[in-house]
Amino acid sequence: MAEEKFEPKVVAFVCNWCTYTGADLAGTSRLKQEPNARLIRVPCTGRIDPVFVIKAFESGADGVLISGCHPGDCHYNTGNFHARRRWTFFKELLNFVGIDSTRLHFSWVSASEGKKWVDVVNGVIDTVREQGPFLKYKEIKEHDFQEIEN
Amino acid sequence: MKIGVFVCYCGENIGRTVDCAAVAKELSAYPGVAHAEAYKYMCSDPGQNLIKQAIKEKNLDAVVVGSCSPHMHEKTFRKACASAGVNPYMVEIANLREHCSWIHDDIPSATAKAIDLVRIAVEKVKYNEPLQTIQVPVTKRALVIGGGIAGIQSALDIANAGFPVVLVEKEPSIGGHMSQLSETFPTLDCSQCILTPRMVEVYQHSNITLLTYSEVEKVEGFIGNFKVTVRKKARSVKDEVCTGCGLCVQNCPIKKKAQSEFDESLTTRPAIYVPFPQAVPNIPVIDRSVCTYYKTGKCQMCKKVCGREAIDFEQQDTFLTFDIGAIIAATGYKLYKIDKKPEGHIYKGYGEYGYGELKDVIDGLQFERIASASGPTSGEILRPSDKKEPKKVVFVQCVGSRDESKGFSYCSKICCMYTAKHAMLYKHKVHDGEAYVFYMDIRSNGKGYDEFVRRAIEEDGVKYIRGRVSKIYEENGKYIVKGEDTIAGVRMEIDADMVVLATAMIPQPENSKVAQLLGIPYDKHGFMQEVHPKLRPVETSTGGIFLAGACHSPRDIPESVAMASAAAAKAMVLFGSDILEREPVVAKVEASTCAGCFYCQKVCAYSAIERKEIRDRQGNLIKVVAYVNAGLCQGCGTCNATCPSKSVELIGFRDEQIFAEIQSLSGF
Repeated sequence: MAEEKFEPKVVAFVCNWCTYTGADLAGTSRLKQEPNARLIRVPCTGRIDPVFVIKAFESGADGVLISGCHPGDCHYNTGNFHARRRWTFFKELLNFVGIDSTRLHFSWVSASEGKKWVDVVNGVIDTVREQGPFLKYKEIKEHDFQEIEN
Repeated sequence: MKIGVFVCYCGENIGRTVDCAAVAKELSAYPGVAHAEAYKYMCSDPGQNLIKQAIKEKNLDAVVVGSCSPHMHEKTFRKACASAGVNPYMVEIANLREHCSWIHDDIPSATAKAIDLVRIAVEKVKYNEPLQTIQVPVTKRALVIGGGIAGIQSALDIANAGFPVVLVEKEPSIGGHMSQLSETFPTLDCSQCILTPRMVEVYQHSNITLLTYSEVEKVEGFIGNFKVTVRKKARSVKDEVCTGCGLCVQNCPIKKKAQSEFDESLTTRPAIYVPFPQAVPNIPVIDRSVCTYYKTGKCQMCKKVCGREAIDFEQQDTFLTFDIGAIIAATGYKLYKIDKKPEGHIYKGYGEYGYGELKDVIDGLQFERIASASGPTSGEILRPSDKKEPKKVVFVQCVGSRDESKGFSYCSKICCMYTAKHAMLYKHKVHDGEAYVFYMDIRSNGKGYDEFVRRAIEEDGVKYIRGRVSKIYEENGKYIVKGEDTIAGVRMEIDADMVVLATAMIPQPENSKVAQLLGIPYDKHGFMQEVHPKLRPVETSTGGIFLAGACHSPRDIPESVAMASAAAAKAMVLFGSDILEREPVVAKVEASTCAGCFYCQKVCAYSAIERKEIRDRQGNLIKVVAYVNAGLCQGCGTCNATCPSKSVELIGFRDEQIFAEIQSLSGF
């Protein structure tokens, strides 16, 4: 059997009001996109805990996308500002825990930007596809098992 | 837990690219799933009945529907499940249409994605908990802050609908700036003639509690349940005794020390005064900063002449508290004082126009007083310095507006119209006079507005010059106005007798303070901020607080009145029900692990996080923890992600729910 082509797995955390609705708009506009992203809906990007991102990589994601309302347009006034500040710090820490921070993507996609959402999703998937599978966690796990066996 | 999975074909919308039967089959073997099936139209009556039937037959306690976007039919399915005995918050939607079938062509990969999406929802619902909507009682009483035309309109609308209103005004009388105006554009109606009947109506209305010379001191609580403290400043006159005869005002020996606020400093007023003859209420106030009694302990002339013994020199500020359901802020505007600003002031001012130094360089409101029949000149156009009739008047528009280098970036909106009106009134009263208007653009967009400006130009012969004024100075008893006519391309010099500056409208200086009291945002200029500029223009981000009039942005009378009625309607929508139902998606603090760092309080945009003291049985303080006021919380979850000890959780989107969603993907 020929080796399967690598299909990246992307987990996207999106806010309910802007990006989720923008993704809905992409759907109602029938804008085709690659099927590799799985969306997890949260009320606001402010709700996204950095641990969610690590958990996603640990669960087998090759890339993570975070998307919410444009700065200044937050449904909850300032949630996305807190998120933006949080991610600025977190990106550095991500390298520290051994996750290539270029696998984590951010975007602001409003409820009216269906087309932009498609471009963002396809762009992230393409980038991750080029980077190849994220194996760090899998290797660690296998390594641990070997240690136990020995 | 027994979970039912229902996959909708949505006709062919989902079924065309997702093999729905395969999704249902795959999920039927998934841990926790007790029932799975696919149906043509899940949202139709037969589809909903299918769900209800399965709930009863299989004794399901949670439901996942794979269908269109939750923004579409989440409510439909929640309602259907509730009617079959499953808590509506035990229902999750997997978006198989907008996020899957409509955006993909390849059936196998779309089906695989659909299975993942349903799995995510199934894993989440395993950690859902039955929730009840939050029910908040509504106090059907409104507070209106500001007694200008906007506040008056809001108060009357609400009071006429049968609800009690508390109207708070910081000045001794209601009426606001509209009471100062001479005539109103574009009909040249006498301003006081149309306003004063409404002021009297407010005063006599059985549903309105009018508190003048009062300020809001404290606002606590949340939508439907505010507790408001109002400071009633000491008038030094007992309002329940005073008949408004005016003897005290006439006999006050202090005549020249205080400048009349109502006449915009063009005249003086006594120490005990009523702002203007038609004031409502017609009860004087003693200005303690100029009254002789408060300086030397002598005089008491007012007390001697008052037959009702209404003068009370020892009167103190009193505090009144009210239970309030909705608040309308109508704090209004003031004019930008454009005299030269001191070094380091954020605005530079227009020192080169001589305002404040040259006596006959006045602002728009001062001209209103001069043109008003109730003004210092009884409506005759006489300039302030020597009370002579000016034969040449220059009006300058956009002084401070649309000029970021010296004033503000925004357009004050009403100046084009009131300048046309001023020039017209001047020409009507001084037939041989000349009127010049320096303008940048004419913005006369309103019903009958452009016609009004054209009338000023064409019928009344007002000369409009497109250009800015660089300098105004005095020479040989004339005011030399140096400017530019940008259409003719020439420099202009007009030797005027009087200059009227249309200065920018700015919010009342207390606006930001009031906004902070109310916990609502304001912009960099101090104007209060609406929650959505297009669709929710009178609502603020804090539930139950609405905006009316120029506290929001520069606007004219009809717009202020319309906005005031809109705000009143919003308040009455709230008063239409006894109980306010809210989504239970709010944050909750686990007091046992909360360390009381209050980071959550810092990130909360709604001031919903409060401090709560934990005490033992003896009443000793153990610790102070965060507490979420569910009435204020809007459910964004920023506190949840911020909490270092994970003691705040957003119900409906708790950490374990989201972790479950993420982990469900480990196989994908």
